[in-house]
Formats: sequence, structure tokens, C-alpha cells
Amino acid sequence: MSAATGNNGVLNAHTLEEIDEWLQRYPADQKQSAVLAALRAAQHQNNGFLTVELMDAVADKLEMSKIAVYEVASFYSMYETKPVGKHCVAICTNISCMLMGSDTIVNHVENKYGIKLGESTADGKIYLKVEEECLAGCDGGPMMQVDHVYHMKLTPEKVDKILDSLD
Amino acid sequence: MSDDLINITVDGKQLQARKGQMLIEVTDAAGIEIPRFCYHKKLSVAANCRMCLVEVEKAPKPLPACATPVMPDMVVKTTSELAAGAQQGTMEFLLINHPLDCPICDQGGECELQDVAMGYGNSSSDYVETKRVVMDKNIGPLISTELTRCIHCTRCVRFGEEIAGIRELGATGRGENMRIGTYIAKSVDSELSGNVIDLCPVGALTAKPSRFSARSWELTQHSTVSPHDSVGSNLFVHVGNGSVTRAVPRENEAINETWISDRDRFSYEGLYTDDRISSPMLRIDGELKPVDWQTALSATAKALSDAVEKSGPKSIAALGSAQSTLEEQYLLQKLMRALGSNNVDHRLTQIDYSDQQLAPVMPWLGMALEDLENLNAALLIGSNVRKEQPLAALRLRKASLKGASISFINPRVYPMNFDTASNIGASPREQLLHLLAVAVACGCQDELVTRIASEATVDDNHRAIADHLKSADNAAVLLGNSSVMHPDYASVRALASCIASATGAVFGYLPEGGNTAGAWLAGCVPHRTAGGVATETVGLNAAQMLDAPLETLVLMGVEPRYEQINSALARKQIANATTIIISTHLSRHAVDHADVVLPSAAFTETSGTFVNAVGAWQMFNGAAAPPGEGRPGWKILRVLGNELNLDGFDFNDVTAVRGELKTLCRELTLDNTYSADAIELPEPNTNGHELIRCGDLPAYKSDMLVRRARSLQKTVDARQNVVALNSVDLQALGLEENAVVSVQQDDSTVMLKVAQDDGVPAGCAWLPIGSTDVAGFGSLFQPVTLVPGS
Ligand code: SF4
Ligand code: FES
Ligand code: FES
Repeated sequence: MSAATGNNGVLNAHTLEEIDEWLQRYPADQKQSAVLAALRAAQHQNNGFLTVELMDAVADKLEMSKIAVYEVASFYSMYETKPVGKHCVAICTNISCMLMGSDTIVNHVENKYGIKLGESTADGKIYLKVEEECLAGCDGGPMMQVDHVYHMKLTPEKVDKILDSLD
Repeated sequence: MSDDLINITVDGKQLQARKGQMLIEVTDAAGIEIPRFCYHKKLSVAANCRMCLVEVEKAPKPLPACATPVMPDMVVKTTSELAAGAQQGTMEFLLINHPLDCPICDQGGECELQDVAMGYGNSSSDYVETKRVVMDKNIGPLISTELTRCIHCTRCVRFGEEIAGIRELGATGRGENMRIGTYIAKSVDSELSGNVIDLCPVGALTAKPSRFSARSWELTQHSTVSPHDSVGSNLFVHVGNGSVTRAVPRENEAINETWISDRDRFSYEGLYTDDRISSPMLRIDGELKPVDWQTALSATAKALSDAVEKSGPKSIAALGSAQSTLEEQYLLQKLMRALGSNNVDHRLTQIDYSDQQLAPVMPWLGMALEDLENLNAALLIGSNVRKEQPLAALRLRKASLKGASISFINPRVYPMNFDTASNIGASPREQLLHLLAVAVACGCQDELVTRIASEATVDDNHRAIADHLKSADNAAVLLGNSSVMHPDYASVRALASCIASATGAVFGYLPEGGNTAGAWLAGCVPHRTAGGVATETVGLNAAQMLDAPLETLVLMGVEPRYEQINSALARKQIANATTIIISTHLSRHAVDHADVVLPSAAFTETSGTFVNAVGAWQMFNGAAAPPGEGRPGWKILRVLGNELNLDGFDFNDVTAVRGELKTLCRELTLDNTYSADAIELPEPNTNGHELIRCGDLPAYKSDMLVRRARSLQKTVDARQNVVALNSVDLQALGLEENAVVSVQQDDSTVMLKVAQDDGVPAGCAWLPIGSTDVAGFGSLFQPVTLVPGS
């Protein structure tokens, strides 16, 4: 059984603290309940994407088998399991936004950076995430989520302003 | 009980069912066929394939039979238009992404998907778009993957999690991107991994060693029994063109349930190797040359009778195997005893024989295999049960999942596939001290224990083990493979039996080989003849045979250089004595030193009987012919008996041999009661810097067939050429992991890589016997020196 809790410094103190805080909300023998939160914290620590090393550390911490953690991380689209740029730009292309012209926004951004959806800029700054689901901001479509912030009623100019202000 | 029974109607038939049962269990028991992929009676219900949809009256839509509990007066239709339509629809969707590459698929002809598609599907599909493709991963030497064929039933995943207890395969990604695999590049290392091959309803997971070698309809199926461990798993072997192509489980709920270990499944590969013997051989002018049977048999008879005549019957000896059949073991000892010698043994890995007169008539588990599941507490001593008797470990795992406290006192920490209460790994002397401490904690009043109680340091672990054993309704103390190898086996056994009596636990054994128990019954020991009758004089045991002045040594189905603790001595003795080898295979060393070689039939090639850990006599017939001129061992021994003009060797068939032994064993009852007469604590090792070589006989090195099974030898468990040390010792010696060292003992030397392994007790160098790298190298449990290599 993989009961080892050795973390070997892979997860930093802040991440561990956050995981511990989540663990308090669940029964002691059901640590795996905290896996979503733990992966989110681990991804955050690593500038937006997970590595096998991080996932293994989460598995050890939560006394789960490693493959069970890989399953979770690869299932949810909010986790990135390949290296991506620092800022996550997710333009909604679901039905309402599409009707409101999300294609124009996507084209604009793709041209602006010379990359396609799903790719990151060479300087590692911008990641154009393929957003598969409706982000529930339909009333303000077309819209996008940049890191954790929603931006509504987009126009190419508005998008430029938002993206150019990223550090 | 009858309160729990309800009536349901399926396809017009009245059936009785227990409340809470799933519909599919009831229809399966009644022989009503419902198609399924994800459902398996030994696994949890996943209900993800939807193939088992049936019509249930009053339900608005078809329901999955595997996940629908029976209700009183439920009316079910499995073949109605609604049910059939639902099944057809499911089948069509399941095939959307399936490649339909049956002509090049190993599963073709025995594929559940093929069968169910034939029975319940449509002959054509409306789907014309592209299909999804999955890149395959290499998951090790035993299992081939073709995951484009996977239908995501998750049986393989559930098997790892629920049965094998080690989760290696998973379903990563989602939707169309979902795939079964290990995610990272990694081999699947469970000792039970092969079972997913049987579970997989399609050709996504198939047996790598037999891949592309035969079509299932070209093979004939034969029942047999595994020789490798004392569970005695029931097998089918599949034979094509006269040779065994694969082995699969034969269901037997009381023994192996529906599973087998990888060792049982893939050992057949060892049957067909370059060093398989196909003709009798005789050393002529210093060289081993093929001869006819008559010449070889006369030479054997002469070697034996000349030795007896010249130096007396004490100058001949025979080593039998715990993997030989009962009939072979019986005739081997009968032959030796008819020649006047009690020098016959099968206990090659044993060191301490001092209490052999107190041993039970045969080592047995002390309970049924199924009872292992109902234990509340157990202490296993010297047992890597997970690798050595994997199917027994599965039962212990079930007990553990139900809350049993299972503890180990072992020569090293062996990782288990279930939660252990204490898992102690210690040097031989420390093991005795741990056992003593547990005995003291149990309040054992035996004078043997109280006399030395002051030597014990009782800690919380010992107290917990004692408390668990005492408070459990069902408790057991079991001796495993490594306890037999312990330098003070008698003291281990004495302490174990004291602990068992003080706690009211069952005292039992997990015998090592598939027919270890049989060897005892057959009289393949120097102090008892068949049926456990004590002999007047005691012959040489397996260890004594190594340095006795022997004229002639008969080796039947054994390779002492791999199987005996003192490999260096074994090597010398075989070189010195006139050696007669009755065997299936001949190693390089044996080619150099054998004087007569008689080719015998292997497992799957002879009729015979194995007696398992619970004393079941399991009979089987040969499935394939031995190559060349090989003959069943019992026939070789019968003819030898005749050749030597000995009485009582006129058997017409193997049943007659078995019958004779059965009569001798008629009166026997199995009883492990042991009255200890001594407990010795060895002196502490005063040379603090000395490393002691420790080890076991690893599962994948256990016998000559397994050692030659190519694919098993490529697994992680068959790793060799390594000496493992605790990190403390590694540091003290200033060695780095993977450094090359020369390991020295007396005049033996071997170059090995160093591995860091904190499961190895401090002060021990873990270097097991059984592998080619250490064949002929020194002895276990003796000091070794490690010198950094260049
Ligand atoms: S590989 Fe086989 S057993 Fe595993 S999920 Fe796919 S079809 Fe089922
Ligand atoms: S479709 Fe874009 S937010 Fe709902
Ligand atoms: S067998 Fe019932 S849903 Fe798969």
C-alpha cells in the first residue's frame, strides 16, 4: 500500500497548509475527498500546470494510489497536465458566446500571438486554453476567463487592453 | 432465512431470490442468459456498459440487470422487444469505437464482445465516421495491450483495486479521450496481474508470452493443478501441436476461486527451453552422451547397487522435489528404503532439522483456505505470503478489509497488498527475540519461555500482536516459507506454537511447494516412511547430504545449487559423488557433473497427485507428451525398482501407486500440535561491523520450471544481480546505490550491484538464493564482506 507520506519538499509549505485545511473538512479515513482542492493548490504552486512529481506528492499526502490521482487530474479540464503559459486565457466558444461572435475574438487572439487554441506563447506568458464548457456567463457573451477573472461583452479592442495589461 | 426469500418471474419462470440480490445473480444461477461486459461476480458493480438491459414490468425504461436489486413479485423479460432493442442499441454504440480487427486479434474465437455481438447485435452499423485510436503502452513482459479495442468496462481497473489490492491500471482522460493504462510509463507488477487477461471481455489485454501463437479453436483444454505453491490452484492448460500454449484458471471456490497467480499462469514457458532433456544420457569417457533407456537404466541400477555393495546403503542418498507428484515422491523413497537407505529428503531450503521428530505428519494450514477470510487476527512468521502463496494472500486480504489485524515477523519487511497491523523485518536472531517478546506479552507460562523471558524487550507492537490474537474469535499463527529456512527453525516453531497455545490461536503452516505436504505423506524425509511412520534409524537430511561421504546421489526434479542454502557445498558434492539426475532440465553445471541422466515428464506431462496446504489430494492427468524420449517419473522409478530386483515395484498404472500410498495414509488425521522441547537463543553477533548474508528463495526462482520461464524472469520480482542493504549500512560502508561491489564469503566471490532497501534489516546483506548470479556462491546466514569494485 502506498501509505508513505514522504513529500520530499515537492509541495511547498503554502500548498501543504491549504491541503491540510481542506483535510479538516473530511473524515480522517477519507482523505481522498480533498483531491480536487489539493490538485488545485499544487497546480497553483507550479504556475498553472501539474507534473507527475506533483501528482505523486498529492497521492502520498492523501494516501491514494498514484494512478487514482492521475485519473482525476486527466479527467477535469481545469487541470493542466502538460506545461502551459503562466496566464490562462479561456475564451468561451460555447453556443451563446458563439452566437455573439466568439469566433472573431478567437481569431483576433490567435493572430495577436501567432498561436492556436491549446497552445502557449514561446515566452511562456500566455496560454490559450480550449474551453470546452459554457462558462455560465452567457448574458455577457462573448466572454472569456483570464486566470480566475471573467471579462464580458468582449471586442477585439477590449481584449487587447486586458491581455496587454498582464505582467 | 425464508423471510429473506422473495419470488420473481423472469421470462415466465418463477424464481426465488434473496432480498438485495442483483437481478443478474438470480438469472445467472437459474441459467437464464443475459449479455454483459462490465459485470463480474467477483467485482463490484460498475454498471457502465449497459449491455445487460432488460425489461422490468412497471419500470418506464429498460433497467441494467447487474445493478437492479430484485423486488418482491418483480416481472422481468430478458428477450422482449424492448429488452432486445435496448441490447441491440447498446451493442451498436459499443462497437462505434471498436476496431473490429478480429482477424488479427488474439482474443478472436474466445471473445465476449464477438459472442455478444453475434447473439445480440445487428449485422451492420450506421456509423461511418472515423474511429478513435489509442497508442499502446508497454506495461511489462506479461500483458500485451491493444487499447483501441477497449470498451471501458473497467473490469481490469476494479480487479487491481478490489482484488489484487494494488491499483496500477486506471482510466485517465474522459469522454472519447478516456483510456485504460498506467498513465506514466510503468510496468504492471502485481503477482496476480495476468488475471486481467481473463477478465478483459475484448482483446485489449492479452497474454504477451502466447500472443499470436494459436487460435483458441485449435487448442485442446486439459485440467491440471499448479505445482508451484501449496494452494494448489486448479488450472486448465491449453495444448496445441503437442505443446502447452497457455494456462488459465479452472474455477474452484474452495481453492483458487476464479483466479491464478502469474507464476501459475506463465511457468509453462519453462517447459520449452534449450536445456530441456530429450534423451537418456550417460557419461562415457568423461563426456555426457545420449544412450538408449536400457543402457541408462542399467547404469543407474549399477551405480546404486555397486555403492551399496562397496560402502553400504548409507553411501547412497536421494533428493526429491516439493514439485514432484506424490507418486514420484513415494516411489523415490520406496526405492531408497528398499535398498536399505533412509537418506532421502525434499527439504532443500531447511537448515535446522533438530526438531524433525516433533513435526506433524504433514504441515497443514490448520483450517480450510476459505477460513483465512474469517480470521480476526493472524501472525505470520517468515512468510512473504503475497508472493509465495498469492491466492492465500487474497483471502487474508479479504479478512484485513473486514478489519482483521494481520502481523508479520519476517526476515525483511515484505510489502503486502493489504494493511498490516505490524510488519516487522529482522535478522534471524532478532526474529526470535520478537517472537519471544510476543510470547511473553501473551502471558505464555511455558517453562521454555519463562526461563528466557528476561532476554525479551516487550514493546507496544508485541503487546498489540498479543492482544489481537487473544481477543480474536478466529486467530491463527502461521509459519511460512522463510521460517523453514531459519537457522533456528526449531526455536521459531517452538515459540510460534507457544504463542498459539497461549492465545488460543490456530497453529498452522503455509507449506512451500505445490506438493510439500505430499512429500511428507509419501515419506520423502529421512526419519519417516510413507504415512508418517517413524523409521528405526534416521537417514541424512538434505543439508547433511552435502558434506557426507556419498558414493551415489540421486537428484529428482531438483537443482541443489539453486535451492540449497549452502550453494557452494551443493556444487562440490554434485561434482564429487556419482550423480544420477532424473529431471526435465539440465543446467550447464549438471551437464559437467552428472553421470547418468534420465529425462522425466514435467508438470502437465504426467498423471499424478499433489497434496495442498489443506490436505486435499488433487489428481490430474498428463496434457501433453514429454519431448523426445522423456518418461513419467513414476515409470522411471518403477522400472528402476524392477531393474534392481526389488520387491513391490510392479505397478500397472499410476492409480495403483497412489492407491498403495492412500492405504498407508488411511489412518492419518491432520494435527499440528507441537510440544516444544527446546528454545535456543543464538549468541548475539559480537562483531558489530560484520554483515550477515540474509535472503529467501524468491517466488520467481522457486523451482526449475519457474527459473526457466522467460517472461516471468523479465519481471521486477525476478530481479537478480543485486545485493540490497539498509541505508544505514550503505552509508557506513560509504557505498552509493548502484555501485558495483564484490561480495565475498570464504572462497566464493560474486560481483553485484548495490541497491538501497530499507526493508532489509540493519546488519544484513539481502542476497537471496535461487538465481544464476549466486549459484555456487557460499551460504545464506553467514557473514559476507562487501568490497567496492573497480
Ligand atoms: S482493457 Fe479490457 S478489461 Fe480493461 S476496461 Fe478495457 S475492455 Fe475492460
Ligand atoms: S456559452 Fe459562453 S458563457 Fe455560456
Ligand atoms: S453488465 Fe450491467 S451495465 Fe455492464
